[in-house]
Amino acid sequence: MTLSVSDVKRIADLAYIEISDNEAKEALGQLSGIFDLIETMQAVDTSTVEPMSHAQNVLQRLRDDEVTETDQHELYQSIAPQVEADLYLVPQVIE
Amino acid sequence: MFNASLKQLSTQLAEKKFSSTELTTQFLQRIKQLNPEYNAFITVNEEMSLAQAKAADKMIAAGQAGPLTGIPIAQKDIFCAKGWLTTCGSRMLSNFISPYDAGVIERFNQAGAINIGKTNMDEFAMGSSNETSYYGMVKNPWDIAAVPGGSSGGAACAVAARLAPAATGTDTGGSIRQPAALCGISGIKPTYGLVSRYGMIAFASSLDQGGPMAKSAEDLALLLNVMTGFDPRDSTSLQRDAENYSQDLQKPLAGLRIGLPKEYFAEGMSQDVANAIEKTLIEYRKLGAQTVEVSLPNAPLSIPVYYVLAPAEASSNLSRFDGVRYGYRASSYSDLADMYRKTRAQGFGAEVKRRILIGTYVLSHGYYDAYYIKAQKLRRLIAQDFIAAYKQCDIIMGPTAPTVAFNLGEKSGDPIQMYLSDIYTSAANLTGMPAMSIPIGFGDKNRPIGLHIMGNYFKEAQMLNIAHQYQLVTDWHLKSPV
Repeated sequence: MTLSVSDVKRIADLAYIEISDNEAKEALGQLSGIFDLIETMQAVDTSTVEPMSHAQNVLQRLRDDEVTETDQHELYQSIAPQVEADLYLVPQVIE
Repeated sequence: MFNASLKQLSTQLAEKKFSSTELTTQFLQRIKQLNPEYNAFITVNEEMSLAQAKAADKMIAAGQAGPLTGIPIAQKDIFCAKGWLTTCGSRMLSNFISPYDAGVIERFNQAGAINIGKTNMDEFAMGSSNETSYYGMVKNPWDIAAVPGGSSGGAACAVAARLAPAATGTDTGGSIRQPAALCGISGIKPTYGLVSRYGMIAFASSLDQGGPMAKSAEDLALLLNVMTGFDPRDSTSLQRDAENYSQDLQKPLAGLRIGLPKEYFAEGMSQDVANAIEKTLIEYRKLGAQTVEVSLPNAPLSIPVYYVLAPAEASSNLSRFDGVRYGYRASSYSDLADMYRKTRAQGFGAEVKRRILIGTYVLSHGYYDAYYIKAQKLRRLIAQDFIAAYKQCDIIMGPTAPTVAFNLGEKSGDPIQMYLSDIYTSAANLTGMPAMSIPIGFGDKNRPIGLHIMGNYFKEAQMLNIAHQYQLVTDWHLKSPV
């Protein structure tokens, strides 16, 4: 498998991480090596194997639809980068 | 006092030889003295630790003490602790004072243990050398030119250098066991689902598991008794009856069948490690155990499988760090998307970004089946290998790491060489089975070597028994570098 610098930049864009051309070039070398290692998986035939997503074969637990938390927004917002009138502030999204 | 076992400390506290306040003060002073050299702790808060010690002294005086009441425990900086800076080794959380306690922290608080400080770690637990921490590298107390291992490198260093009687760690691919081996201490990753992940900052949720790190198996058992238990706030926490992990420690080992996977003894293990393992197996045969060769044909694929699944889960988990609700936010940006991109570019270090990129790629359209599903299928084959092996043996042994601790800087520029440090450990995370490391001697440059003891699901008590019996007839676990 061959990655290109533009692939790396596209992946970084999907991951919302700003990356310069130089950083992308450096990352390309390292990622290519890692994907060569990952590629060794293809040597084993797994056509009849069920994927294993989890270590324990247990069903998702359900709970009663009850309020269990108290309102702590002041505490939680006290550590936020920017808050105004109990709202988290972000740059304007809609003109 | 610094070399005492948890049981000895508890007895001395009960007999009023010293108070928890005195004990805590002693450890805080030792941290102040030695931590500048080792960098094992990111945060020490004397006021908060001593307030807990004072409360513990009251519990002891009132006759309400449990086995860990009044005993200082170093907490890995991945566990949220209310009022404590909780950084996960990252710039992204360099200003995060946790507003709540993790399930594990709550359990230690209820037991009356003292939080003696938050230990250094690889950023978001991604690393095997503790060199990716935003707070600087940790030194191996046996040789300050060497890495302590990672990601729980600060915890391993703290226990080895006797800066704390015991510590917590987390293990996603070997992050408790590999640093335990490299620093000459004991550590166990329990069966997935036994220790609450609530408030334990997520790396790869289907693999992450908290566990204790300490001087001996006997200490690990006491810590596991406190750390394990159902937590409804963790959707993968297991509902099962409480177990006493200390109860089987004294059982004789006669008849024990130790499986030696031929794949783990094939190549890659250095000679000093091979020699130490051989000597240890002789000791176990003297204790009445027999060894049998077993095969784990798919185990060598653990590393490629792990480096698909762990980054995939990490890329999803770490998407929450966006500079909106908590943590770091870039100081200048043009719009919302630019704020996300700059915040994440500046807040995450190189290794974390690398893994997010790998994970994003393997989950992206067109590659999901070839990488992610393929890795999950191999995960099942690896688990089936272990289940089959446990029909022929009770326990599996091998090296925890292929070599003794490497030098600081030796592998930091080569991610693949770094990833291969976890070649023996990551399978237990993929299967969810318990595994531990205990010290068994010294190799090149007089650096410690660890024995990897792997068991089937829920075999912790038996594994601790096996480790304890060895520690009764050897003294590697009592050795300290300072």
